[in-house]
Amino acid sequence: MIGLSFLLGIPAAGAIALAFCGARRGAPEINAAFSFGTFVAACAVTLRVIGHGPQLLWSGQFFIDAFNVFLVALTAFVGLTTSLFSRPYMRVEVAHGRLTPGRLRLYHSMYQLFMLTMLSALTTNNMGLLWVAMEGATLSTVLLVTLYRTPQSLEAGWKYFILCGVGIAQALFGTILLYFAAEKVLGAQGVAALEWTRLNAVKSQLEPTVLALAFVFLLVGYGTKVGLAPLHSWLPDAHAEGPTPISAVLSGLLLNVALYAVVRCKVLVEGSLHSALPSRMLMGFGLLSVVLAALLLFRQRDIKRLFAYSSIEHMGLATFAFGLSGPVATFAALLHMTVHSLTKSSIFFTVGHAAQKAGSQLMDDIRGLITISPTIGWGLMLGALAILGLPPFGVFASEFLILTTAMRQQPWSIPILLLALGIAFAAIFGRVQSMVFGETQARRLPHAPALLPVFAHLAIVLVLGLYIPPYLAEWYRAAAHLIGGP
Amino acid sequence: MTPLPLNQQLLNACAALLLLLSFAMLSQRRIVSLVNLFAVQGAVIAATTLLVAWRTGETHLYFSAALTLALKVAFLPWLLHRLIRRLEVRWDTEPLLDISGTMLAGIVIVVFAFGLAEPITHLASTSMRNAIGIAVAVVLLAFLMMITRRKAMSQVIGFLSMENGLFFGAMSATYGMPMIVELGVALDVLVAVLVLGVFFFQIREQFDSLDLHHLERLGERR
Repeated sequence: MIGLSFLLGIPAAGAIALAFCGARRGAPEINAAFSFGTFVAACAVTLRVIGHGPQLLWSGQFFIDAFNVFLVALTAFVGLTTSLFSRPYMRVEVAHGRLTPGRLRLYHSMYQLFMLTMLSALTTNNMGLLWVAMEGATLSTVLLVTLYRTPQSLEAGWKYFILCGVGIAQALFGTILLYFAAEKVLGAQGVAALEWTRLNAVKSQLEPTVLALAFVFLLVGYGTKVGLAPLHSWLPDAHAEGPTPISAVLSGLLLNVALYAVVRCKVLVEGSLHSALPSRMLMGFGLLSVVLAALLLFRQRDIKRLFAYSSIEHMGLATFAFGLSGPVATFAALLHMTVHSLTKSSIFFTVGHAAQKAGSQLMDDIRGLITISPTIGWGLMLGALAILGLPPFGVFASEFLILTTAMRQQPWSIPILLLALGIAFAAIFGRVQSMVFGETQARRLPHAPALLPVFAHLAIVLVLGLYIPPYLAEWYRAAAHLIGGP
Repeated sequence: MTPLPLNQQLLNACAALLLLLSFAMLSQRRIVSLVNLFAVQGAVIAATTLLVAWRTGETHLYFSAALTLALKVAFLPWLLHRLIRRLEVRWDTEPLLDISGTMLAGIVIVVFAFGLAEPITHLASTSMRNAIGIAVAVVLLAFLMMITRRKAMSQVIGFLSMENGLFFGAMSATYGMPMIVELGVALDVLVAVLVLGVFFFQIREQFDSLDLHHLERLGERR
């Protein structure tokens, strides 16, 4: 199918083209143009899947179904808006002398490469290639985290590399075990024995002991990249020290893709084990992340670290919801992944502007955003309210669904979840309020910054909270059916 | 009891050698020797792959052996030696745990690894199934090395050695992963080392040293 070749070909071409001309005057526009092309290709692929159902492509090496196509669309969309946001943002960074042209070239080229690795991780049907693409996503962003070459960013980059490298090595071991179990059933077919669709067809015959062991390794490995506690310690550092567009795509997209990998594995393992072990593990890791992140939110002084911990909390919540199993919880988890990704990236866009204007990422230095620029002020306030799960935003809808399902299936978890959400609310709201409405000596900006991507994201999140279009609901339902069973 | 065929004995000897090399790496503090040990480890794995390829007649294993030889025995050690010369790192500082303590921990880990590999060993039908425990031990010992070393360079060698262990594990459990996956993994390892090379120069430029204790300030700022 042509759509898929464009979907993967455009970012690949973009990475090569920008490796040569990424420091030119028009490079940010070229970057945005490639991202736009990718988005169009993603739309084409999506329409095709809506019209014709799941598809196996290129002799079964690539696979698109209801579950990954919505993530493909989301990834391409956020990739596009982030490239639009990064256009003026990176110009200012260069003007402030924080970046040299050479580093800007690296940034643009790696941005496209990162999109390529994420899209291939989502669309590949081969569990081995999924691993390769996930590791590629880490490698393409390591040098972006250290883009400013400050001591802190070097530390963050090193931690990111080593922790995710060790994590992903565990996932490789898990993949080897999966292949080992598959070979027993499918015979020595080489590459075909790692294809997810084939594995899914024979999952009930796979050897349970091996798969249980494999799942432990796969969950720990990919879970490191999701930022599940206690393997999360790379995440706040990498988010805080890298350039803000990268924080937005790491938080909004990479974590989703890693969670996608975990869920694909869970479907296989659950089918083989016929027990609740994988679900229990997801619930345990999810709940631990929610609680730990909520408690750590209070101690943050850096604005990007604050929202990085909030990402850990929300990914924990989505993981917990996948662990609850069943179509309703899975539906809620998918919705939560979507709205979190949109809201969190929009927050990072405003945070980037706010920190750039204040010249500091410390929350004590950022004051009175509403007087400096009402657009930034309201953008941050609305984004924070949305991420904290206030109605009528979409995060409220997904959290409400998760909580009501948990109430029915695992009532013991409700007090813990409510307490953690309450703590997170207090921590973030107090901070944001003083940043937006606090006293300031700074003068008002002469012109409003262009924050179209922010309000576009928030509008979608608002719409999703009020009304989910029928085709989208159908789509989520199909995906939920695929993952959570009937 | 009939004596094992020669081929089998050779494979067992290779596996044992691999475990021995892991312990040698754990105790070695000179970084140049560490790289050499890593190259020998790669050579042993390539030899094992060749033996298995010859015995089973799987052609993709010959490619896999050639790939290991080119990447892990020739190119990566060459690159690491070059980096060491350019950066002038010779010795690791005192590890966090002294050598004898690390060795004792290593022995406990090997016992644990064999316990972990037990269910897989039972199910495997390959002629090398007894080596699965050793592969897991190599991975865990490399992990121990990463934890106890302070220099960035030794941590990277630990990381590469871990990948070696995983490769050996795939070999002993299933006669290797499909070719395309192996190629992908090799590509990732190669890119990882290149990225790290760049990264080392950045660290060095900033701190004038490759000692990782410089990289602990972010924790205090929290």
